[in-house]
Amino acid sequence: MSIIIKIFLSFFKIGAFSFGGGYAMLPLIEREIVNSHNWITYKEFIDIIGISQMTPGPIAINSATFVGFKVSGVLGAISGTLGVISFSFILVSIANHYISKFKDSYILKAALAGMRPALIGLILSVFISSGRESFKDFKSIIIGIVILGLLLINKLHPILIIMISGVLGVIFYSF
Amino acid sequence: MKRLLDMFWTFFKIGAFTFGGGQAMIPLIETEVVSKKKWLSKEDFLDIIVISQIFPGAIAVNSSIFIGYRINGLLGAIIGLLGVVLPSFFIILIIAIFFMKFRDYYYVDLVFKGISAAVPMLILMAVVSLSTSLKKSYGNLIIILASLASILFLNVHPVIVILLSGLYGVIFLGKKVK
Repeated sequence: MSIIIKIFLSFFKIGAFSFGGGYAMLPLIEREIVNSHNWITYKEFIDIIGISQMTPGPIAINSATFVGFKVSGVLGAISGTLGVISFSFILVSIANHYISKFKDSYILKAALAGMRPALIGLILSVFISSGRESFKDFKSIIIGIVILGLLLINKLHPILIIMISGVLGVIFYSF
Repeated sequence: MKRLLDMFWTFFKIGAFTFGGGQAMIPLIETEVVSKKKWLSKEDFLDIIVISQIFPGAIAVNSSIFIGYRINGLLGAIIGLLGVVLPSFFIILIIAIFFMKFRDYYYVDLVFKGISAAVPMLILMAVVSLSTSLKKSYGNLIIILASLASILFLNVHPVIVILLSGLYGVIFLGKKVK
């Protein structure tokens, strides 16, 4: 199967099962893109999350474009991006006429009530696996603690957090 | 035609200026689509946002398709979607091109060493903020731990975890949400 189609299908799966948006997509991206296909390394996966925080738009689009480009150039980027939005497009096209039915659907609400805690567990697993990758030396642990402190004390914007951590990286690692 | 162009530009702005995704986009979409352009009533808008959050996929993507349909049918949906997706697409494309050239430069690497130490903490904060909106119960705690364990120790695919937990909700939580 052509790589372009494989990229499309992987991101279609990610788009179709990413309930809860944003960070809830990370476990799926991790499994599909990093573990199953080895299209990017874990280090690159973390790079992409960092970059997504600095750039506008949904993390799903950002990662689909980035990974697609890395695997197969501009065509790959188009294929990944189309893949991740296709399921939304199909589903919304169907739901558009029955919007009130979907909004008041007990089945959907009950399913989501079951999924919400499971998603927290899934995102927690990405925290653990990314922590394993990121905190390999003493300096990175210090930077992590400083950032966590900043996040807990002040609700700083993610862009600012990324900028501060980049500066800390230069300061700590150049000596 | 003028309306379609206007719509494209509106969604393009929304896609280009909302950092942090999802939730951050909602007020901006509301200002543009409801207050300024009056394409939708406030009630319609709220309905669309509720469903966009329930459905899988990015909220911005889902809502731009819904709103596009309301304004101009299928063509409107495609244009709304393109508007919201294209800014990210081009920005990331440019970054990806430069990233691959410069990622291994000494100082770029140092910057990303710092960023990679921050990423797990940002993920942890997402866990914290999602947890605060969750009802504190043993049932929820057990699902969190079971889902975590199935990924860490049993190597289950996340899709399976999502399907099973959704099924659990439908069977056991139907009465609670009523």
